[in-house]
Order: sequence, then C-alpha cells, then structure tokens
Amino acid sequence: MAELIVISTLNGVLFGMLLFLLSSGLTVIFSMMGVLNFAHASFYMLGAFFGFQLTRWIGFWPALVIAPLLVGVVGMGVERYGLRNTHKHGHVAELLLTFGLAFAIEEIVSMIWGKSPVDYRVPAALDFPAFTVFSTNYPAYKIFMLVVSVVIFIALLVTLKRTRVGLIVQAALTHPSMVGHLGHNVGRVFMLVFGVGSGLAGLAGVIAGPSLVTQSDMAALLGPILFVVIVFGGLGSLPGAFIASLLIGLIQTFAVALNGSLASVFGPLDPSLGPSPLTDIWNVTIAQIAPILPYLLLVLVLIFRPMGLLGTRES
Amino acid sequence: MRRLIVAATAALTVLGGAASAQESIKIGYIDPLSGGGASVGEGGLKTFQYLADELNAKGGILGHKVEIVPLDNKTNPQESLVQAQKAVDAGVHYITQGNGSSVGAALEDFVTKHNSRNPGKEVLYFNYAAVDPSMTNEKCSYWHFRWDANSDIKMEALTNYMKGQPTIKKVYLINMDYSFGQSVRTAARKMLGEKRPDIQVVGDELHPMLKVTDFSPYIAKIKASGADTVVTGNWGQDFALLLKAAADAGLKVNWYTYYAGGAGGPTAIKQTGLEGQVFQISEGVPNSGNKAAMDFEKDFRAKTGISVWYPRAVNEMRMFKAAAEKANSIDPVKVAAALEGMKFDVFDGGEGFMRKDDHQFFQPIYISSFGSLADKTKEPFDEENTGWGWHIVSKIDTAQTMLPTTCNMKRP
Repeated sequence: MAELIVISTLNGVLFGMLLFLLSSGLTVIFSMMGVLNFAHASFYMLGAFFGFQLTRWIGFWPALVIAPLLVGVVGMGVERYGLRNTHKHGHVAELLLTFGLAFAIEEIVSMIWGKSPVDYRVPAALDFPAFTVFSTNYPAYKIFMLVVSVVIFIALLVTLKRTRVGLIVQAALTHPSMVGHLGHNVGRVFMLVFGVGSGLAGLAGVIAGPSLVTQSDMAALLGPILFVVIVFGGLGSLPGAFIASLLIGLIQTFAVALNGSLASVFGPLDPSLGPSPLTDIWNVTIAQIAPILPYLLLVLVLIFRPMGLLGTRES
Repeated sequence: MRRLIVAATAALTVLGGAASAQESIKIGYIDPLSGGGASVGEGGLKTFQYLADELNAKGGILGHKVEIVPLDNKTNPQESLVQAQKAVDAGVHYITQGNGSSVGAALEDFVTKHNSRNPGKEVLYFNYAAVDPSMTNEKCSYWHFRWDANSDIKMEALTNYMKGQPTIKKVYLINMDYSFGQSVRTAARKMLGEKRPDIQVVGDELHPMLKVTDFSPYIAKIKASGADTVVTGNWGQDFALLLKAAADAGLKVNWYTYYAGGAGGPTAIKQTGLEGQVFQISEGVPNSGNKAAMDFEKDFRAKTGISVWYPRAVNEMRMFKAAAEKANSIDPVKVAAALEGMKFDVFDGGEGFMRKDDHQFFQPIYISSFGSLADKTKEPFDEENTGWGWHIVSKIDTAQTMLPTTCNMKRP
C-alpha cells in the first residue's frame, strides 16, 4: 500500500506539473486579454511535433531549446497578425479565431506527420531507471520532466514577482489602459506574454512527447482538462492554476488507484432486484470514473465558487 | 442452327464477362485511420490492399477487379454508420471492419436494417476482428460473417492452457471499458473460477478505451496487488502503452493476452525483458511451420514492412473468392448463401468452416509465447527488429474450439 501511495504521488505530481506548464500560459493570457485561447493545447501539440522533428535532425537537447522558441514565435505571430486585428470586433471574434486555429493546426499537423503516432523516443542519455522504490523502477526521464517543470515554475514566479517586466505584466493584467497611459507599449506586452505562454505550452509538448504519445489528437485529449484547471484555480490566477494543476494531477492518479464503489461501502444490492441501471451505478468503481472526475469538479466549482479557488473576480 | 445458338450464347457470355470485368468489386474498409486506433487500422488497410493486389494479379474474382475503399471511422460507432452509408451510396456491397466490437455491433445492426429496407441492394458485413460473442449469439445477423474466433472461444483456450501452469496464483485482469473488454473479464472470471478455483483474482480493471496515454498509475496498482499474472484483451496503443509503462516500472509478471503482437507491443516486451512470459492467442503465427504461409509472410513483409498480423483477413478474402466462384456470382445474396457452412483450408494449415447457425468461422487456434528463437531456420521471423519472435506453445484444433451458440438466425 505504501508503495502504491509513493508511486501514485510521484505520478500525480508529475502530471500536475505538466498541466501547470500548460495552464500557466493559458491563465495569464486569459486575464490579460479576456480571451480563452482554445488553441493553447494545439501549441502543446506543435511543441511535441517540432521536438520530434528537430530531435531527428539535430538531437534532443538542441530541440529542447529550439522547439519551444519556435512555438513561441508562432504564438507571437498569432497574436500580432490574428488576435490584434480581430480585437476590435470583440471577444466573440477572438474566441472564434482561436477555435478555428485549433482545428487548422490539428489538420496541418496530421497532413505533415500523418494521423498515427510518431516514433518520438526518450533520449538514450535518460533512458534508465532513476531509482527503485519498493522494487518499482522510476524512469529517469520522468524525473527529468519533473525537474524541468519545477525550474520553469520557479523562473516564472521570480520573473513575475521580482522583476520590472513582471511588474508591468501584472499591472497590465488588471489595468491595461492605465499601463498604456504610463507610456508602456501594452500591445507589445500582450504579444510577448502570448509568445511566452505558447512557448511554455510548446516546452510541455517537447518533454511530454516521448513519455506520452505524440499524435495529431493529443491536443484534443488534453485541451478540455486545461480549462478545468484554470476555472478550478480561478481565471487569471497563477498560484490558483498551480494548486489546481497539482490537485487534478493527484486526483486523477489516485482515483485510478482506488477500487471503492458504492457496493464496497454499503454492500452488494439485493440480488432479487436483478440487473438494472442501478446495479451498474452501484458497482462502478472510482477507478472507472477517474476520467470524468475533473469535469465533475468543474461543474461543482462553477456552482459553488464561480470565481474558482484563488480567483478574484466572477467572470 | 443449333451451332449458331451455341456460338451466339458463347459470344454473349464472353461479352457479358468482358463488360462486367470493367466493374470492380468495391470493399469498404471501415476502420480507424486516425486517433488512438490508427496504428492497427493502418496495418489492416495495408493487409487488405496487399490481399486485393494478390487476387487481382490472378485475375480478380470471376474477372472482377477487387478494390479496397478506405473509410476512417475514428473507432467511433456513430462515425462508422456515416461511413457505411457513404460506402453504400458509392455502390459498395461488401464492407469489412475489425477494430472495436462497439463499432462491429453498430455495423451489424446497420446491414441488417439496410438489407431489409432495400431488397435487391444487399450489403454484406465481413468481420475480421470484432470478437464480442454477442455478435454471433443474441445479436446475430444473417448478413454478418466473422472470421476471427470470438472472445469466449479464445478465453476458453487460454484458460485451458493456464489450467496447466501451476505457477499462476494471483491473476490481475485489465481491459478496455467497452463491450469486448467487459466480455473478456466476465469470461476470464467465470472460466478461471471453474478450471482453477485456487487462483485468486486480485484485480479487475476497466479503463477508458484508447484514451489513456500514461498507464503508470495502473501499473503501480498491478504491482501493489502482488499479481504474478495479468490477463488482458487490450489492443493497439492500449496494449503497447500498457507494456511500455510496465517496462518503465520494471513490472515482471506473466501476460496472457489477445493482441500482444500489435504495433509497439513486441518492442515493449523486449524492453521489459519478459522472455517467454508473454502469451498470445491467435489463429496464426508467423513461425507456423506451414510452407505456403511462411512464403506469404516473407513476401508480405518485404512489400509492406509489417508482419502478417491478420491471417484471418487472408482467410476472409480467399474465402470470399471461393464463395463467389461457388455461387458463380458476385451478388451478395448468392455469396452469403455460398458462405454458409462452407469448408476452407486456412492460411496456417488445417481445415476451418463457417458455421451455418451463427456465421462464426471455426479454425485451429494457437497459443504462442514471445522470446528469442532457438532455431532460426525453422523459426525465421522476428518482430519489430527485436530479434525475438513468436513460438507456438499449444495448438487447439478446430473441433476443440466449438462453443454452442444461442443465435436464432432470421433468414431472408
């Protein structure tokens, strides 16, 4: 049992940190521009495919740096030539733009790399068990993912809280027009933030690609969870996104590990009732409903605390 | 005068033959070509295209060329119905599908309804891999033919083999959460309970189908349960990723599987170092020792770059030709009638037959284990360049695979 708890905690924290890499950009972009970027998970996918392709050409380590930068540039381009132009038509237009972009990116990716998974492997230097807990090996690559995510988290925190750039970004989050009046180029701040946000998503893609599966539907698989994270954490709140990411990572991993069902708590139903939809519900285990738990959480949060865990406004 | 009539009839037949040779037989291949099932779907497509080329090189079926029409269903029953309708509208009279019994059941229902509403435009459904037992039992249809042994038949054979393995003490069941996965777990529990009541089932897991990208939480759970053996019906990426996570965690157990040989599976097994510990049940093995089959395997690998993963597809296409020739027609109604009860020499040797009562094909099946190959001249084929290959450990003859059916066939 102790073994299961240790391994599940590690796995849960890892998945949580990966979610955070993605949701940090999404939540900052949201609070700045008031737009939910539907294409955010697509940048994650682009990161994975760029990472795969560059690994083929120049090796994993250069790819780890270059691929996120490329994705960041793509992100900035989208902001500069897409979102900025649609901004004057209101939020709906911007939302639709990102929505369309998500589909376009998916189609382009499957046109270039095909629809089945590509062979994106863990680099040989990291392909060994890092340590063994209770006779279970823990892969070094997962530790590497964890380290990268933690480093990025700290860097992001320091930048936002301790530097001048961070100050301007924070100010632009809540009072964009005032920041503009003070002589800062708000448009450029937006573009940079969008670029950094997409770049982070790209980085998440590069490191998650070999561990999870790199294929053209990976954005669609992860996208919905991101929205759960930022709504749960509070729209626009970075610490909120952090807590929510970890929480959802842990909930999903531990839910899989649990076998409890209504039947195991209250005892099996009277067999004379016969098979019915009720017996199905009665016997379903927590492990089986693990994938829907985050969405259940989303609904509950929206009903009871619409501003989210650490959010400040109700929007 | 009489001679003239004979000559005229002969000429007409020739002309008629020439005219119909223009018209090709289209086979709608409805399987996943994108998403989580794409790796198996693409392998299947290559197989059918190769088989069509093989038939066409020998003059096709009764002079008609065979053409495979690929249709992507994303492993989704709803999407499959759209694709099936599209195929039918384009003049397809034969559809084939294999991946996912959820899809299979939907298509079976589709052909049944379509054929009762459109007499004269019948469509046949050739099933090469959807193995949910209900498709040839309570939901059986006259218009559906299945070439793969159903899940219960496979589990019967697998548990008969497990019965003789005294090292098995604790079994963990992990399956995909849909009709097929559920039938695997139910059958495994029931049959193991009857044959080896001393075996303890320490886990019974259903996970979302083709959605999980990291199986390490499940592997941690298997490890914690203390299981020495895992039984799984997982296929496609759900098997490859399950084994990949097991390899990463260093989980060393015996695996009794339906589809360990699918894309990515062999690589993961080699990586885990599970020599001789992964078993698969199938109707054919590359190293079967059957000369014709092994020659086919060699040519197939050279042309497509993959192993013959669907010997049942070979049986399906060759038997289709035989049935059409027996009926002397490519009319689906006549082909269906010819297929009923038809005997056929299967790909890996031995005789199989299409049971009239439920349209289930019965054939010899094999249990094989994966590991290094002792004699490279007798067993030349490895998988995914691992150097390891499948080695037959048990053969089950056709007669021993016969399970009763509850099918109450409605004939047209």
